[in-house]
Amino acid sequence: MNMIEALNSAMDVALTRDPAVTIFGQDVGYFGGVFRATDGLQRKHGLTRVFDAPISEGGIVAVAVGMGAYGKRPVVEIQFADYIYPATDQLISEAARMRYRTGGEWWSPITVRSPYGGGIYGGQTHSQSPEGIFTHVAGLKTVIPSNPYDAKGLLIAAIEDDDPVLFFEPKRLYNGPFDGHHDKPVEPWSKHPASEVPEGHYVVPLGKANIVRAGNAVTVLAYGTMVHVALAAAQETGIDAEVIDLRTLMPLDLETITRSVSRTGRCVVVHEATRTCGFGAELAALVQEHCFFDLEAPIERVTGWDTPYPHAFEWEYFPGPKRVGEALRRTVEA
Amino acid sequence: MLKNSSRLHIPEPGCRPGETPDMSHITVPPAGEVRRPAEDVDPAEIRDLAWALIRVLDDGGNPVGDWNPGLSADALEKGLRAMMLTRAYDARMVRVQRQGKTSFYMKSTGEEAVAVAAALALEYGDMCFPTYRQQGLLVARDWPLVDMMNQVYSNSRDRLKGRQMPVFYSSREAGFFSISGNLGTQYSQAVGWAMASAADSDSRIAAAWIGEGATAEGDFHHALTFASVYQAPVVLNIVNNQWAISSFSGIAGGERTTFASRGLGYGIPSLRVDGNDFLAVYAVTRWAANRARSGLGPTVIELFTYRAEGHSTSDDPSKYRPGTEAAVWPLGDPIERLKAHMIGAGLWSEDQHAALERELEEVVRAAGKESESYGTLKEGARIPASTMFDDVYKEMPPHLVEQRKQAGL
Repeated sequence: MNMIEALNSAMDVALTRDPAVTIFGQDVGYFGGVFRATDGLQRKHGLTRVFDAPISEGGIVAVAVGMGAYGKRPVVEIQFADYIYPATDQLISEAARMRYRTGGEWWSPITVRSPYGGGIYGGQTHSQSPEGIFTHVAGLKTVIPSNPYDAKGLLIAAIEDDDPVLFFEPKRLYNGPFDGHHDKPVEPWSKHPASEVPEGHYVVPLGKANIVRAGNAVTVLAYGTMVHVALAAAQETGIDAEVIDLRTLMPLDLETITRSVSRTGRCVVVHEATRTCGFGAELAALVQEHCFFDLEAPIERVTGWDTPYPHAFEWEYFPGPKRVGEALRRTVEA
Repeated sequence: MLKNSSRLHIPEPGCRPGETPDMSHITVPPAGEVRRPAEDVDPAEIRDLAWALIRVLDDGGNPVGDWNPGLSADALEKGLRAMMLTRAYDARMVRVQRQGKTSFYMKSTGEEAVAVAAALALEYGDMCFPTYRQQGLLVARDWPLVDMMNQVYSNSRDRLKGRQMPVFYSSREAGFFSISGNLGTQYSQAVGWAMASAADSDSRIAAAWIGEGATAEGDFHHALTFASVYQAPVVLNIVNNQWAISSFSGIAGGERTTFASRGLGYGIPSLRVDGNDFLAVYAVTRWAANRARSGLGPTVIELFTYRAEGHSTSDDPSKYRPGTEAAVWPLGDPIERLKAHMIGAGLWSEDQHAALERELEEVVRAAGKESESYGTLKEGARIPASTMFDDVYKEMPPHLVEQRKQAGL
């Protein structure tokens, strides 16, 4: 399966297993979503289980919170992560705090799926990576898969989770493991081992990172599209990097990170989002707090620049394998 | 060429402190004159009701017109008692706030009918999504005052574990949704709850309350959009108490049209009702609830009332409105009006009223004593501070375990 098929399969499994699962969002019903992630689900599971919503992100999330209070398990799609901001009050002030503010009397078992990230010439309104806004919020979980197998297992885990989960999908990976070489054709997922996705139910637990490349020279912390960029950079520089796919940013698998960095003594953090106060800042701080005496080089961050995502300068903005490779080299030579 | 007469209009209320209060801009139509349409009426046929004012009790306390719900003596007494208990409760809680036993309080004086009559018109299983001035819902649903006070005191028995400001109650058991300080958020959540109920063909409906000030929030319009699109079984109440802290209703857009009329653009039947008339609020709520339960979708109800006191204990209304304004409010007081009706109908007497007042004061005093024995914000028993790390997530993630250790808790 490619990533879209894996996500579709996850929702199909969830709808089949639990009558409380309800899916809605802009264009997700009859049409099956602008990226086709919900294709066929309305036809199979019925109008009241999978339906179109008005162009109202704040309303979509509020309705999900209310449905969650009733006892449903809503899975909503925000068409692009760039459009999520009208829903932030409902996510941050409501969903995230429902369990806390009611002493556990109510909670928000909602999943908010949203395609994020650049590489598709989407300009500043179809390319953003807002994960750092949500990892900052107590009560939310933030999940970002990097391949079809994880996408399905993590999405099922997110849907079954009783806390609100932001599930950001790297849209550049929907059809293949894009490694940042925009001038070359992308291999389809079918040639990648992670496209072997079981038809039925399984979960990839939240809060567990995955070491996608073992190595000794430097630890690379990445998620989403940047996992594939980091792998390409390691291969092209010949640097024996250990690449960790975080998969879940909150709660974070700190143990896997510190175990690796304590061993390699070097760390490069990669994300597509803007740098200042980005999730990489938290990662760098945590590595510093926990691995300071093992560190042999400054922690590097390779990120999107602190500018809006520019349409015509996509590849100057995008942290590709060249920039990551240079950071790897600086770090191992320091 | 036209002369440029462009100007920026900043709405101003009719009078300010030091001026003689003037309510002449408020038209009070006679009670009983508004027709009661059939519950299955086509919303297009009752658009005028968004500018009407449904009233049942006339100035002499007589119930008149089609909207008279014809309540039994028991039902009337229950309503009167719940309104009076709410008022007595409010009075005590403001006193204890002034004594420093808690940080904050909000009264509902003058607006008791808005919550109490609605609670009695709804079924107990119907889910309420209130704002912060509908404590009357809990009182009318016989929720224990001690539990409410425990919340106000954030004491050792506070089910919300000291996490919420006073009056931000939550009671799943009583169908009273958790109050948010971010105004309007509950309105669209109520629609979601109602949609879920409808999807399950459940007979329970949702009801939501919002202040006229907060109708300017996006959530209000999200709620009306979704309620209309999916024909959700929900009663959408707008409590127009004229004041949003210091801003009069004109700042929320009340100068040009009624708040009820906001619903018409969404094709939702929208009614305007005298919010200080217990019988009218009961009747209109029942009408809307029956519609919702029959699969006929949402109703918007504007409850025209008056916030007789300050916004909260942190507010001083004499800084922005004449101190005597409440006295000239033309729709009177909900408790006095229901009392007059019951006396007029031979169901009640001044003596009974005075005796009930004394009884309720004692009920509140006893509840207060019990609650204070479980602690207050400043003294006595508290929930252990280590619990502040609980319930952020269903299971505590490692970083919170670590932070709890760092906090020494």
